[in-house]
Amino acid sequence: MTPAIILSDALGGQLINLCAAIMLLLGFAMLAQRRILSLINLFMLQGAVLFTSTVIVAYTTHQSHLYWSAGLTLTLKVIALPYILHRLIRKLSVKWDVETILNIPTTMLVGIALVVVAFNVAQPISQLSGTIMRATIGIALACVLLSFLMMITRSKAVPQVIAFLAMENGLFFAATSATYGMPMVVELGIALDVMVGMVIFGVFFFQIRQQFDSLDIRHMERIKEE
Amino acid sequence: MSELVLVLAIPLITSATLALVGHRRYAASINIAGSLLTLLAAALLTVHVISDGPLNVLDEQFFVDPLNVFLIALTALVGFTTSVFSRPYMRIEHDHGKLSSGRLRLYHSMFQMFMCTMLVALSTNNIGILWVAMEAATLATVLLVALYRTPESLEAAWKYFILCGVGIAQALFGTILIYFAAEQVFVHEEGAMLWTHLYAYRTELEPTILSLAFVFMIVGYGTKTGLVPLHNWLPDAHAEGPTPVSAVLSGLLLNVALYAIIRCKVLVDGALNTHFAGNLMMGFGLLTVVVPSFYLSRQKDVKRLFGFSSIEHMGLITFAFGMGGGVASFAGLLHMTVHSLTKSAIFFAVGHAAQMAGTQVIDEIKGLIRRSPTIGWGLMLGTLAILGMPPFGVFTSEFMILTTAIKHYPWATPILLIALGVAFASMFGKVQNMAFGEPTVKPLAHNPALLPVFVHLGLVLILGLWIPPYLSEWFRQAARMVG
Repeated sequence: MTPAIILSDALGGQLINLCAAIMLLLGFAMLAQRRILSLINLFMLQGAVLFTSTVIVAYTTHQSHLYWSAGLTLTLKVIALPYILHRLIRKLSVKWDVETILNIPTTMLVGIALVVVAFNVAQPISQLSGTIMRATIGIALACVLLSFLMMITRSKAVPQVIAFLAMENGLFFAATSATYGMPMVVELGIALDVMVGMVIFGVFFFQIRQQFDSLDIRHMERIKEE
Repeated sequence: MSELVLVLAIPLITSATLALVGHRRYAASINIAGSLLTLLAAALLTVHVISDGPLNVLDEQFFVDPLNVFLIALTALVGFTTSVFSRPYMRIEHDHGKLSSGRLRLYHSMFQMFMCTMLVALSTNNIGILWVAMEAATLATVLLVALYRTPESLEAAWKYFILCGVGIAQALFGTILIYFAAEQVFVHEEGAMLWTHLYAYRTELEPTILSLAFVFMIVGYGTKTGLVPLHNWLPDAHAEGPTPVSAVLSGLLLNVALYAIIRCKVLVDGALNTHFAGNLMMGFGLLTVVVPSFYLSRQKDVKRLFGFSSIEHMGLITFAFGMGGGVASFAGLLHMTVHSLTKSAIFFAVGHAAQMAGTQVIDEIKGLIRRSPTIGWGLMLGTLAILGMPPFGVFTSEFMILTTAIKHYPWATPILLIALGVAFASMFGKVQNMAFGEPTVKPLAHNPALLPVFVHLGLVLILGLWIPPYLSEWFRQAARMVG
């Protein structure tokens, strides 16, 4: 009658904290990564960690709707989006390295400052949260802010989009940590938006390259302020 | 209830139909017919709400109350008039070779999809679905802004996409925070994401979390409203997209984003019992009125000029709701209505003016009135209305906002007056040069549909002279709720 694995609250909590730590680490890794293929792989890995942590929360707290949310993450963030991105990269045959506007050590330092800010902001929320993952809300917010930073510092279109998607990962992580996920209809809607957004991005990549001969956003300076 | 289903279903069905036949000659007529049916359904819904009071339907997922009923009616009305305007406009664009038939199909289908997402955002009771609908509206308009596929339009669309994508992600975090605060209170009750439930328990929600949530919300949805310093995407998107899209962006989408902020403010005010949300909105609002008014004189592109003017007016409305109280909120709602009508009318006239001149550069458009009195006078009157000249409705709402400011926040009054004065000086001269003088513009190949311009301006004039009793009653009720 005893299940094969008994996941006590304490063990579950520790595993989730581990996942959170890996999420944060991956956030920094993406910030520092220059190569675009590695960036996609890191994004896939982040999705996988998000999936694992959602399953652990679902298992320890018996919130069955979280399994659906985890399934959604698995299909969308671990399988579908990385596949589409890989295909796009192949079709666009972009093999060049990714360069950043700020140099990497400076970006990392700004990132650390952002993490400190995130933990301070999340403090009042963590104190009130009754979920077993309350300690991770700060990390989730930090992930969102790190992706935000990545979006600002990148000058190429594809990394900007990956940053956008990573931000969505952070937000889902926040939702799971603070409230055991959002109602199913909302999560489905968000997933649909992300999917449609990705398709539009894909179309845009081709259009931008056709018009500017490059996917570098810095070439887009045609509209003058006056 | 059936009316609401119709209001939401008709644009969706029309969008699907146009995705199939949008490139045919009769597509523009289907677009008009679909928009007309939506308007009729919205009118029925309005009548229903007038006679039976607020609705709360479909498992409480959708609701209609005094705050959103007039916005739904307004959205359906402007959607209809824009579709009427867009028929000859897009035909001329097509004849000029700026658009292929395939693009025209995309345009028609996405126009209806955009209407649908806005109507969902306005009528949903679920703050999560509100977010989903706002994001869907962004996606639909990104495609519309990039319709011409010129380098400039792609740049504008990319900027719009990235900025609003980032902004709206902040709003999602804010939504999660509100849901989280509600979960603490709704232990034995469902519906922690439903606005009506949140409203009922607003005094019990945790104040710290709600104030944090509001900061994320105003930054997030504020990006979409065009609040300074998050407004960068707005002038570009208005200038580079097709004119009917500029009209609905300015006239409708900005209102919808502002509506989301107002809904959130009501909850935060209830939880905090301080003027925190109001102060934040006043700060953003004042900045948004002042900064663009100084950019106006530097603009060379006529659509960018009116894009900046939209930012300024959004700032004024945000400031009005920030001050709060019966009169200011009433003025804010009225200003939302008259700005939406006036600005879309201006864009209709500007669109044809730019087609006649073959350019959007202000200096190269001259003598509109001589060549086409309706377009020229439409633009002139629209500009006078938007600059707050009596007897138009914009004057009434601006007057109410200013008198409230004099009474409660006297320090803000000179700032507002200077900004409005600068805006008047910079815009009036430019538009005057476009309307009068020796014509440089050529007549249009097809007759423009200018009835919408004068219908809108007529409505604004009526609202300036006399507000129908049921409308003022809604505004009063909504203003009482907004606080």
